[in-house]
Amino acid sequence: METIFLSGFSVFRPEPGMIFWALVFFLTFWFMISKFAFKPIANALRTREQSIQDALDEAKKARAEVQNMKSENEKLLAQAAQERAVILREAKEMKEQIVSEAQNKAKEEAQKIIASAKTEIDSQKNAAIAEVRNNVGGLAIEIAEQVLRKQLGSDAEQKSFVQKLVDNAKLN
Amino acid sequence: MLALFVSLGVVGYAQHEDAHQPAEHAEKHDGGHEEEFDLTNEALAHIANANAIHVFGDVFIPLPAILYAPDHGWTTFLTSKLDAHHHGNGSKAIDHYVIKHGVIHRIADERFPYGEVAIDGFEHGVIEKDGEEKEVAYALADGHKYLLDEKTTLDGGMLGGGTTSYYDFSISKGVVTMFLVLLLAFWLFRAVAKGYERNEGKAPSGVQSLLEPVILFIRDEVAIPFIGKDKYQKYFPYLLSVFFFILGLNLIGQFPLAGNVTGNFSFTMVLAIVTGLYVNSQGNKHYWSHILWMPGVPGILKVLILTPVEILGVFIKPFTLMLRLFANIAAGHIVLVAFVGLIFIFGHSGESMVGAGAGTVMAFLLSMFMMAIELLVAFVQAFVFTLLTASYFGAATEEAH
Repeated sequence: METIFLSGFSVFRPEPGMIFWALVFFLTFWFMISKFAFKPIANALRTREQSIQDALDEAKKARAEVQNMKSENEKLLAQAAQERAVILREAKEMKEQIVSEAQNKAKEEAQKIIASAKTEIDSQKNAAIAEVRNNVGGLAIEIAEQVLRKQLGSDAEQKSFVQKLVDNAKLN
Repeated sequence: MLALFVSLGVVGYAQHEDAHQPAEHAEKHDGGHEEEFDLTNEALAHIANANAIHVFGDVFIPLPAILYAPDHGWTTFLTSKLDAHHHGNGSKAIDHYVIKHGVIHRIADERFPYGEVAIDGFEHGVIEKDGEEKEVAYALADGHKYLLDEKTTLDGGMLGGGTTSYYDFSISKGVVTMFLVLLLAFWLFRAVAKGYERNEGKAPSGVQSLLEPVILFIRDEVAIPFIGKDKYQKYFPYLLSVFFFILGLNLIGQFPLAGNVTGNFSFTMVLAIVTGLYVNSQGNKHYWSHILWMPGVPGILKVLILTPVEILGVFIKPFTLMLRLFANIAAGHIVLVAFVGLIFIFGHSGESMVGAGAGTVMAFLLSMFMMAIELLVAFVQAFVFTLLTASYFGAATEEAH
């Protein structure tokens, strides 16, 4: 086992030639590929990721703004609804007030009208009664006149009538 | 590490099987007769680095060899000149350099002539060195045996290597693989980066959308949680480099022909050292104060236990990075080669066709299974290395709270 290991296992021995070339190629690899490939790649990746991050941030901001606007709209709507309710309530109250006021006024007016109609009616009635009285008086005189004329057509009758009147007057 | 030893056990078992074979097994590779299939060497050769890419049979893609021997100076040539054929063994030597199993060796013997010399073959043997048996190889030329040196390694003999007569700085299979991954990655990531310029501020398209989730995963699940949102940007390119370099090499290592780089100790060592140096260079006051003089702990405890342990930890962290990646990938490759090798073992020892056929089917299924696991391991290990690196950066740059 040991002899095999020692005689044939040449890869286990550090050779100056291989060490030299490995150093040359590894340093070349490191230097050239880092400078011409890995650095640009790493930078490009970083820039791209930055731009993606920026885009994401912006989208987030926009979304937040939209959200903001939405909530504002909702707030406005709610406010409007509330205002509408208030206005409606006020209008209703006002209507009721107006209606009740109108009713009261109408009642008053009617009362007034009724009252004035009553006085008018009373005065008219009184006037009519007075007129009727007057007319009835005149009529009675006229009738009495005609009756008298007819009854006192002859002198005898006149005399008897006057006699009668005088009798009546005496009695009274 | 456990997986590594288990897999070595498998290979070792195969070795024992071979040991029962008759003696002509003592490889004399003159190319003529059929040799026994040696799974251990095959597996180790497959994961090892090589100086030529074996396509199939005797066809090799030659690679440039850059060699340095302190007593002879620099030598460069294309490995096709060493005339590798069967098993990657060459039939020529150039300035003492020969190719054996696809790997360049040097004839250390001063009697051997310089220039282009024909080689008759190779022979293996065992010598005693410092009271230990050591397997060695010889090159055969004009009736003489010449001892072969392996390339210098920095383990000081601890892992069977050590300083020898030459150093190998060749553009080896592993180096070509790294170069390919570098080119592929550069082309791919330039395309992605251009895609970001073209599609600025738009959704990703094409290859961009394939890699973007991976890049984002590393950033969002690794870099930011461990290092923090404000500091990760500085280390992000390093984490991506580590991740994609390891992943690319892991994945390309799954292909035939491509080299095993992340399962090579030298490579993971470089990654670990660079990471360790970078991490500790970024350490702030808080980090160093916690290592050297942990607040709120009695002085005697600090001197005796905490500070030594913390200082050890500074080195152990990259060390574990190095071992973990290496062991996982090397073990995976060894197991895979072992399973694929079963096909050849059954093919060679099969007296009955039925047995050989059944064995082949089984080995095929096992290999498929192993490949699927290795694909997973390729991602997991790249991720784990990156994750731990990120956590070390996080620890080094954390502010006092």
